[in-house]
Amino acid sequence: MVDIKLTEEPLDIPACVAWVMSPECGGIDVFIGTVRNATKGRAVLRLEFEAYRQMALKEMQKIAKQAMEKWPVQKVLLHHRTGTLQVGEVPVVIAVAAAHRAAAFDACRYIIDTLKQTVPIWKKEFFEDGEVWVAAHP
Amino acid sequence: MNINVLAFGIAKDIFGASAIEVELPEAGTVTDLRSKLEEKYPRLKQLASYMIAVNDAYAADGDALQQQDEVAIIPPVSGG
Repeated sequence: MVDIKLTEEPLDIPACVAWVMSPECGGIDVFIGTVRNATKGRAVLRLEFEAYRQMALKEMQKIAKQAMEKWPVQKVLLHHRTGTLQVGEVPVVIAVAAAHRAAAFDACRYIIDTLKQTVPIWKKEFFEDGEVWVAAHP
Repeated sequence: MNINVLAFGIAKDIFGASAIEVELPEAGTVTDLRSKLEEKYPRLKQLASYMIAVNDAYAADGDALQQQDEVAIIPPVSGG
């Protein structure tokens, strides 16, 4: 089972974990991405996330499907936020449930690493003296 | 043919708009589109890289475009 969401609303971490819990799964791995207060020593005030919505949802589905094909995992949840987020807020939650922990760890790591490479979502960092699209330039 | 090109992230800043129209010869390819865009918006060449998406999927350079395609510029992604 797969649950994909791209939303402007705050992510509900306990609800995400509850969704992947199931009697046949003995291991749940959760990755929570949070907004850090600095980049290379520069204080970050806030982030803005923009998505190419329909393609991002398709790519997120694709990653979840790949994870389920590569590892014996029963449930995959992938939620991402868009809009303005303050320091400490949560832009991404990934939760994976499997019978045994190794598959859950591996699949969860694969999902966040692949998301960062392929899903059309962009993050802009706001500093006191300017703003920058992350990763845009070499 | 005229192709409507959507822009996201820094590409939106470079174009100064969230969508632009680009004229390409019939059966023009993704490579043709790149050349045309880079000619008009040289700042695209300063990006670490950028992909072209056609109808919500990453396209290869040789893929042919059609007027009704939904085309988008995908600058380096940075979600998560």
